[in-house]
Amino acid sequence: MCQVGEDYAEPPPRESLPAPRLGCGQKCVKCKQGEPVVVIRAGDAFCRDCFKAFYIHKFRAMIGKNRLIFPGEKVLLAWSGGPSSSSMVWQVLEGLSQHSAKRLRFVPGVIYVDEGAACGRSLEDRAKTLAEVKQVLHTVGFPWHVVSLEEVFGLPPSVLRCCPQELAGTEGAYKAAVDSFLQHQHTLQVEGAGDSYSLARGDEEQSWPQSQDPHGPPSPAASPSAAQTEALCRLFESVQTLTAKEELLQTLRSHLILHVARAHGYSKVMTGDSCTRLAIKLMTNLALGRGAFLAWDTGFSDERHGDVVVVRPMRDHTLKEVAFYNRLFAVPSVFTPAVDTKAPEKASIHRLMEAFILQLQAQFPSTVSTVYRTSEKLVKAPREDCAGEPEGPRCLLCLCILDIDAADSATAFGAQTSTLSQMPPSALQAEAGTRTAPCCAVGRAPGCCWKACRREHDSQTQVIQQLCYSCRGNMKDLPSLDPLPPYILAEAQLRSQRARVMQEIQDYLIEDSDAETETTQS
Amino acid sequence: MAAPLSVEVEFGGGAELLFDGVKKHQVTLPGQEEPWDIRNLLVWIKKNLLKERPELFIQGDSVRPGILVLINDADWELLGELDYQLQDQDSVLFISTLHGG
Repeated sequence: MCQVGEDYAEPPPRESLPAPRLGCGQKCVKCKQGEPVVVIRAGDAFCRDCFKAFYIHKFRAMIGKNRLIFPGEKVLLAWSGGPSSSSMVWQVLEGLSQHSAKRLRFVPGVIYVDEGAACGRSLEDRAKTLAEVKQVLHTVGFPWHVVSLEEVFGLPPSVLRCCPQELAGTEGAYKAAVDSFLQHQHTLQVEGAGDSYSLARGDEEQSWPQSQDPHGPPSPAASPSAAQTEALCRLFESVQTLTAKEELLQTLRSHLILHVARAHGYSKVMTGDSCTRLAIKLMTNLALGRGAFLAWDTGFSDERHGDVVVVRPMRDHTLKEVAFYNRLFAVPSVFTPAVDTKAPEKASIHRLMEAFILQLQAQFPSTVSTVYRTSEKLVKAPREDCAGEPEGPRCLLCLCILDIDAADSATAFGAQTSTLSQMPPSALQAEAGTRTAPCCAVGRAPGCCWKACRREHDSQTQVIQQLCYSCRGNMKDLPSLDPLPPYILAEAQLRSQRARVMQEIQDYLIEDSDAETETTQS
Repeated sequence: MAAPLSVEVEFGGGAELLFDGVKKHQVTLPGQEEPWDIRNLLVWIKKNLLKERPELFIQGDSVRPGILVLINDADWELLGELDYQLQDQDSVLFISTLHGG
């Protein structure tokens, strides 16, 4: 029954199914009165009003049953302009304006990341999109942050560190929300004092609660510097496959959102992943070797960053429902071409998996829900057992707890590093000295020269070493890691320096049964 | 012999990129022997409106999975999908839910 390619000779025999030939005579399955407009599950036709109630209820229920978002908590809505996240923003807007007990009570903000440079769009196109984006943001009226992806070049390495936070009990989590609220106040004050903090550069608008504040066209200060744009373009052009490009974009985007969330005291980030997208993502991530992190990547909440939790309230809505809702209730969205726009079906794993799932869905209408239910059952338990040491090594890019053999014993590089570390320091020094003569000529401090050179020599491997299995695979599609934003390289260096120092002082430490020493020893 | 029909064909969600970025097309379908249904309309669109990469819009004799079809703002599944017979002044909307349009 499995056929390769698209040569399905005949369409699936529609006659054999109890075809919902509803036509004009049929009524809505809920109220039995209204004229149906949309078929949700196989055969369930809803009228406009019942569909709206159903859609809104699902959103509230998803937030309500998970009990993760506290009243007054600051929540950052990650809005890409696409249908799902637009619908999410609209649901929040509607939920906040309701005067009922079911009202949503958190304090939202919206972030839009302009990824134009990564997709190779011209400045004029991007400005046009930005104008549209800002128009929608004004209509919404939430405080908003428009940032461009170029700003990853100005991120501090601390973004990549997990800030553990006691989220155990309601008390602790609530306290955290209060703390970040205070932090936000502080940030605002700093901004007011004219701090040149890069992300606050006038592109954050505090338009709450008066959304009709007159805002001029995007100020030139808000646009990224040409050098950064060029650097970002160079980075994305150097990536050899579309798969790695999409993954890199996703990584950088999530770092940037995380940074903005932290800087402005948001303790939750909401993303608009729909059920259809999550089903596709689940399969894609499996194919990419991210099986160990599926629960984080596709679950309702993702606590990998510690202090900022990513939640996915749209995960019960299918893309079809989203598209219909947006159409029927005129939810504004901004279409922006993505990296994979117009790409052929087999251009990337993401693309291929999307086509595969949707194709299957067209013939077997429960495909998406089956895959999605699987993602719901995944438990994040396996790695929680090392809760004793909260600072387990994490992947430099996806920030998940490393799933690899820390000693790296199975790879050629692992073998090499272990021989290096077994060599006596003098031998190392001698070896490095011969190799690094030109570097001394450049005029570095002679004392640490061999160290510096060795660092340069394996800065590439240094980064690779700190990645999870999947991110390693993606980075293989980058001929050089140099174009990566500096914060990634800096953090990689910092981490391996720390590891090296740990190793150097190893002999002087009193041996206790610390697992950490084992991991750094290799 | 079906009379010529005037219908509005609209594209959204990025599908318009395959049609020169134009979202709304007011088209007149010429009179022909058999009545105009969505199946015929897709063939006509492929021949007359589609500017590039037909495989990203059409698969077999239907639309690609992931592209929704709304006829007069109602789900085409309610109306017989490909077999729906077009009436004069109908509006047909194609929304792509695929990533990147």
